Amino acid sequence: MRIGIVCPYTWDVPGGVQAHIRDLAEALIEEGHQVSVIAPASENAPLPAYVTSVGRAVPVPFNGSVARLSFGFLSANRVRRWVREGRFDVLHVHEPAVPSVGLLACWVARGPIVATFHTSHERYRSLSVTTPVLMSALEKISGRIAVSDAARKTLVEFIGGDAVLIPNGVAVGRYADAEPLPGWDEGEVIGFLGRMDEPRKGLPVLLDAFAMLAEKRPGLRLLVAGPGDAQEALARVPAPFRDRVGLLGMVSEEDKVRAYHSVDVFCAPNLGGESFGIVLTEAMSAGAAILASDIPAFRKVLDDGQAGALFETGDAASLAREAAALLDDPVRRAKLSEGARQAVWKYDWSTVARDVLRVYETVAGTTGVEEDD
Amino acid sequence: MTTTLILVVGAIVLLTAVYVSWRAGRLDRLHIRLELARESLDAALVRRAAVALELAASRLLDPATSLVLATAAHEARTAGPEEREHAESDLSRALRAVVDQERFRDRLADVPEGGPLLEELDAAVAKVIYSRRFYNNAVDVTRTAQRRWLARTLRLAGHTAYPAFFEIDDTPPKALAIE
Repeated sequence: MRIGIVCPYTWDVPGGVQAHIRDLAEALIEEGHQVSVIAPASENAPLPAYVTSVGRAVPVPFNGSVARLSFGFLSANRVRRWVREGRFDVLHVHEPAVPSVGLLACWVARGPIVATFHTSHERYRSLSVTTPVLMSALEKISGRIAVSDAARKTLVEFIGGDAVLIPNGVAVGRYADAEPLPGWDEGEVIGFLGRMDEPRKGLPVLLDAFAMLAEKRPGLRLLVAGPGDAQEALARVPAPFRDRVGLLGMVSEEDKVRAYHSVDVFCAPNLGGESFGIVLTEAMSAGAAILASDIPAFRKVLDDGQAGALFETGDAASLAREAAALLDDPVRRAKLSEGARQAVWKYDWSTVARDVLRVYETVAGTTGVEEDD
Repeated sequence: MTTTLILVVGAIVLLTAVYVSWRAGRLDRLHIRLELARESLDAALVRRAAVALELAASRLLDPATSLVLATAAHEARTAGPEEREHAESDLSRALRAVVDQERFRDRLADVPEGGPLLEELDAAVAKVIYSRRFYNNAVDVTRTAQRRWLARTLRLAGHTAYPAFFEIDDTPPKALAIE
């Protein structure tokens, strides 16, 4: 099949949606399909052969955080040309309700269009006013996929209509084995991965918990990997403990895997909004002992606590308590790690790509994707 | 002797009363000015959100740009008092991201409805900047007056709350040169 995939977020900035698209595209290429991806990208960013750049994305406030999005007539024209030249059998748009390339693709194309909804929102009020803008674009979508129950619920509630549920995939094998990062192979280490400056990722909760734990556990260190303002994050930690916080900034894919293998407890303190937690399944593939906030999506992925411990969302004291218990109990950590490795297999990409392909086959007709004028 | 004393005390009481009532009157005028400034700031913010929504709904833009604008404008208009400064700052940022797109103005000016909409937007953005500055000036003066010893001791401000500055990012789009 000739498949065109549309990515709304900057390709060379790590993120759940980008990783999803990369792994899906590579799994489909492996199966022998022709795949082209269009995405915003930084100038001079190295792109794989199957990715076309739509230009730079612009930071703009959207739905509670600052997102880098690509919009405007220039971007729309580039998407139009890509659709025209691609002659796809099916167009697969991601996050069409986000004002970026996905929405633009729905606008400029017609034919068999599949859309995947990643985000879940507890509050998406603004959608009601903007519905007329969205509707005409969204009406062109013939098959809809949600990556989680939460994402599906958001879709049903705020946009209407239903979707099939196909969870995110994980390239389980890619995370299975790695050496710890240099300097992080001894002592007690709690790890975090994600944007430091995005409140929903919950880093402040973890920093507060670390401050509570640090005094009693002199060997405890905190490993934080992800882009954001380092000074701002450090300011939250009492001065005497600051040299025990390692801020790696944005890490390469390889270092990310090594980071998962460097920690005794991997913490996902998200406050909500995360529809699935790709970071969580990666950590599971690496066999990390996980401590995650008790949001519904995480509870489900972690098999109600079998594959990772849970703490009360947003509660630093609860996090500190659970983390201390885990650090003191290597047997339980080993058990959680084994549970995580088991539970994550049903999310492997080979399973997921097969299901996505079935959706493509369901909507693909005799005519392919055309430019809409 | 007694008469002189009574006269002197009487004169002092009278002068003090006149002075206090003058201070109270001044504070009252400041409060009125503050209230008016607040109203005009509110009006300017509401107006800016309305024009942003109008532009978003105009079908002159691509749907992604429309969605960025409409979301930010809606958030600004519905934000509670606690989140208001944050939401209005977000709207300023969204407006910059949208209007500073390459060739955005040329493109809008090319269609008949585009020109007037742009002009309304420019005016609305400028008025937010002006009215916020005037409001914050009024806050500043009122705060100083309320903090005076006399005003505090005699509670000249009555039940009026100690006014707060309105702090937002209202930097206009680049293409809109103000000042």
